[in-house]
Amino acid sequence: MNEALDYLRTSPVAGLLLTLVAYRIGVRIRRATGNHPLAQPVLIAVALVGLALWALRIDYDDYMIGGSLIHFLLGSATVALAVPLHRQAHHLKELFVPMAVAIPVGAFVSVSFGILVVRMLGGDHALQMTMAPKSATTPIAIAIAESAGGIPSLVAVFTIVAGMLGAVAGPTVLTLIRVRDRRARGLALGSVSHGIGTSRALHEDATEGAFAGLSMGLTALVTCLAVPLVVHLVG
Amino acid sequence: MLNGLVWLLGCQLVGELVARTLDLPVPGPVIGMVLLFVTLQGLQLPETADVFTVSDKMLRHLQLFFIPAGAGIFGYLSLVESHALPIITGIVVSWMAALIVVGWIVSAFTARMGAR
Repeated sequence: MNEALDYLRTSPVAGLLLTLVAYRIGVRIRRATGNHPLAQPVLIAVALVGLALWALRIDYDDYMIGGSLIHFLLGSATVALAVPLHRQAHHLKELFVPMAVAIPVGAFVSVSFGILVVRMLGGDHALQMTMAPKSATTPIAIAIAESAGGIPSLVAVFTIVAGMLGAVAGPTVLTLIRVRDRRARGLALGSVSHGIGTSRALHEDATEGAFAGLSMGLTALVTCLAVPLVVHLVG
Repeated sequence: MLNGLVWLLGCQLVGELVARTLDLPVPGPVIGMVLLFVTLQGLQLPETADVFTVSDKMLRHLQLFFIPAGAGIFGYLSLVESHALPIITGIVVSWMAALIVVGWIVSAFTARMGAR
C-alpha cells in the first residue's frame, strides 16, 4: 500500500493525469455556462489541482514532477502564437502608424501604472515585477516575470484576471469613453486583456476580433521591452 | 504533426540560444515566436501545412499549459491575502489606464483619417 502511494507521489503520471483531468472538467464547466468569461478553465483547474494536492497531502514540488512536463510545453505554445499573428499580419498595413504609436504607449502605461500603484500601496519588488507584465498574453507574461524577478505562479493568475476584466467590462468601458471605431475597440481590448479579451472582441464583431488578436501579439512583444525600460526609469 | 513540432521546438531552441548569447531581456520563446513569424511571412506556406495544424491545436488548449504554474499560487495565499489592496488596485488601475490610452490614441488617428 505504502509503495503504491510512494509511486503516486513521485511518478510523473499522477501530476500529468491530475492536470489533464482538472483541465477537462474546467472546459466542461465553461461549456455548461455557455462560455461565460468568468468560467475560465484554467482557474477552475487550478482550484481543483489545489484541492486534490491538499486532500491527498501531496507537495507542490512532487506534483511538478508531472506538472513540469506540461509547463515545459508553454514555451512551444508561445512560439505557436506566431501563427495567428501571421494570419492577421495583413491588417498591419491598414493602421500601421496608429498601432505603432498606441501599442507601445499602452504597454508602457500598463507596466508603469502596475509597478507604481503596487509600490504606492506597499507591495515589494517581487510583487511589482509580478504586476508589471500582466497585460501580455499569459505564457509571455510568465516568461517576463521569471526573468524580471516576479512570481510566475501569481502572474498567471493576475493575467487571467486582467483578461476576465476585459471580457466582462471592456466593451462597456470603451462605449463609456466614446471609442466607437471597431478597429480601435479591438486594439484596445487586445492590448489589455490578451486572448480572453480577444475572444470577447470576436464575439462582438469579426474586425474587432482580428485587431484584438493582432494587438495581443504585438503588446506581448512590446511588453518584453517595456518592463526592463520602466524598471530602468523608476528603479 | 511531427513536422510541426520540429518547427516549434526548432524556433524555441534558436530563440533560447539567441537570448542567452546576446544576453537579451526578451524571453527565448518570444524570440522563437518572432523567428517563426518572419519565416512564415517569407515562406507563404499553404494553410494545410503541418506547422499550422499543430499550432492551432496547441493554442486551442493554451490554458492547459498555465495550470502547473497557476497551481503554485497556493504557496502564496498569505501574500495575496496580506497584499489584497495593492494587487486588486494594481490590476484594475493599470488595466483601465492602458485601455483608455490605446482606445483614445487609435480613435484620434481613425477620426482624422476618416475626415480626410
